[in-house]
Amino acid sequence: MGTLGFILEAAEGERSWRLAEYVKRGGYDALKKIFSEKIPADQVVGELKKSSLRGRGGAGFPTGLKWSFMPRQFPGAKYVVCNSDEGEPGTFKDRDILRWNPHMVIEGMIIAGYAMGCQRGYNYIHGEIWDIYKRFEEALVEARAANLLGNNILGSDFSFELQAHHGYGAYICGEETALLESIEGKKGQPRFKPPFPASYGLYGKPTTINNTETFASVPYIINEGGDRFLELGKPNNGGTKLFSVSGHVNRPGNFEVPMGTPFKDLLEMAGGMRGGRKLKAVIPGGSSAPVLPADVIMECTLDYDSIAKAGSMLGSGAVIVMDETTCMVKALERLSYFYFEESCGQCTPCREGTGWLYRVVHRIEHGEGRPEDLDLLNSVTDNIMGRTICALGDAASMPVKSFIKHFGAEFEYHIQNKKCLVPEDVQRAGSGFFKVS
Amino acid sequence: MLSQESRQQIDREIAKYPAEQKQSAVMAALAIVQMEQGWLSTEAIEAVADHLGMAPVAVYEVASFYNMYDLAPVGKYKITVCTNLPCALSGGVHAADYLKQKLGVGFNETTPDGRFTLKEGECMGACGDAPVMLVNNVRMCSFMQPEQIDSLLGECK
Repeated sequence: MGTLGFILEAAEGERSWRLAEYVKRGGYDALKKIFSEKIPADQVVGELKKSSLRGRGGAGFPTGLKWSFMPRQFPGAKYVVCNSDEGEPGTFKDRDILRWNPHMVIEGMIIAGYAMGCQRGYNYIHGEIWDIYKRFEEALVEARAANLLGNNILGSDFSFELQAHHGYGAYICGEETALLESIEGKKGQPRFKPPFPASYGLYGKPTTINNTETFASVPYIINEGGDRFLELGKPNNGGTKLFSVSGHVNRPGNFEVPMGTPFKDLLEMAGGMRGGRKLKAVIPGGSSAPVLPADVIMECTLDYDSIAKAGSMLGSGAVIVMDETTCMVKALERLSYFYFEESCGQCTPCREGTGWLYRVVHRIEHGEGRPEDLDLLNSVTDNIMGRTICALGDAASMPVKSFIKHFGAEFEYHIQNKKCLVPEDVQRAGSGFFKVS
Repeated sequence: MLSQESRQQIDREIAKYPAEQKQSAVMAALAIVQMEQGWLSTEAIEAVADHLGMAPVAVYEVASFYNMYDLAPVGKYKITVCTNLPCALSGGVHAADYLKQKLGVGFNETTPDGRFTLKEGECMGACGDAPVMLVNNVRMCSFMQPEQIDSLLGECK
């Protein structure tokens, strides 16, 4: 692609996931540099702050700042946790990072442990990717054998142990405190915050949770410096970023591009629109992000600030592309079913509200919509948003609000005419599953 | 109720966590037992509880919360198809329809010969490979067009 990718593109080639291959491309140099130059923990955190690296899991919180919240001097156990529970519809980047470059994540986690004074770490891996989980476990075995994990790593006085924890199918565990509950062997229901994990995390001990891609960015920042990383992107949006492109494009996949890359360039990298059809809408940051119509997204650059200004979120960098064959009511119906299915049931507004959202969108899609339904949907979202422990309630509401805002006419057509604006056979052709005869 | 091999595998999982946190291994333990026995019976759940020193209901709470555990018998091959939006845009729903028609069953049903159970799945984190399906929780199948689905079904004897 000619991009500056250091996570995925650097890891091309045979058996790129093996330790020997990672070392050949400069792997674990950052860790060795920290030990040989005796770089103090504060300086590591300082470098991260300079880099303007922001959490790649979706929230975009500044990583350096997050690390500085950890009470380094706290005498007891402290934990580093990697969130590889990638289940946000549209997002599939962490799977590729762990598949091709697991040691980069391990190195990032060891450095995190060093910087925050943690002795143990866990990588929570999404349930459905069993082969990736096994590969990560193999990488851990390699790292232990090379004394990159364990006691007195590479002869230093720093010791760190790392394990993989395999999820088993619960979207909510991507929420950091639900993930901690899950590691503790419970159902994954988010905790009320505060206290935040930095003071009360895994097993009640100080804990920092970052996304897979965030950890994978750390070695580069230590090797090349925070300033260099920042320069790869744009101010306040440092680095390159993986974008997962799915939906109606010719070449879906992950693309590692500098923050601030124009959306239309990314669309081109993904091979353009399937069948040369017309772009209708894009969800730019995973299913929880508000949808944007074609004319708005075509003017956006891909960074936290530009997408936020357009009224959506960069989120996890999951770009879901929809062309003119898409029925927006059906699209929303499927997303609403997802949140209804995945609500953990802890908070009433979400447990009940997601059911309402799904049932009302479902009846509109099935020709049973009522004139007052759009107001009803907006009212339900208003009663969910801001009234739940975690963000799943908001995540369920934002698609509904934004679909109605931008494609309200299509919903009204459904309600009035009891059928879709986009003919059934056109929709059917859009998926590309059935060969055109 | 737990085989020697399952016990050994579970004990390896227990060792990943601090000594006083055996409960952390419950997800792995249930997955190991399900892999061996095909599904999680009440007896299996009680055996896991016993092995980990947990209340059976606490283990049941976990088993019933996470989607990939089966609390009722399933066919020899459980095929879970992702129909979520990104997959649907690239044929996820149509792939599920195709499977329903080929197997003559709907979601959450098992073929009369006990060979296949069909499930609807939520996001597997592989949207770029749509249509995707997961066989018995461990084998992810990518880019499943009609031809690939036919050959997958042929392999599942």
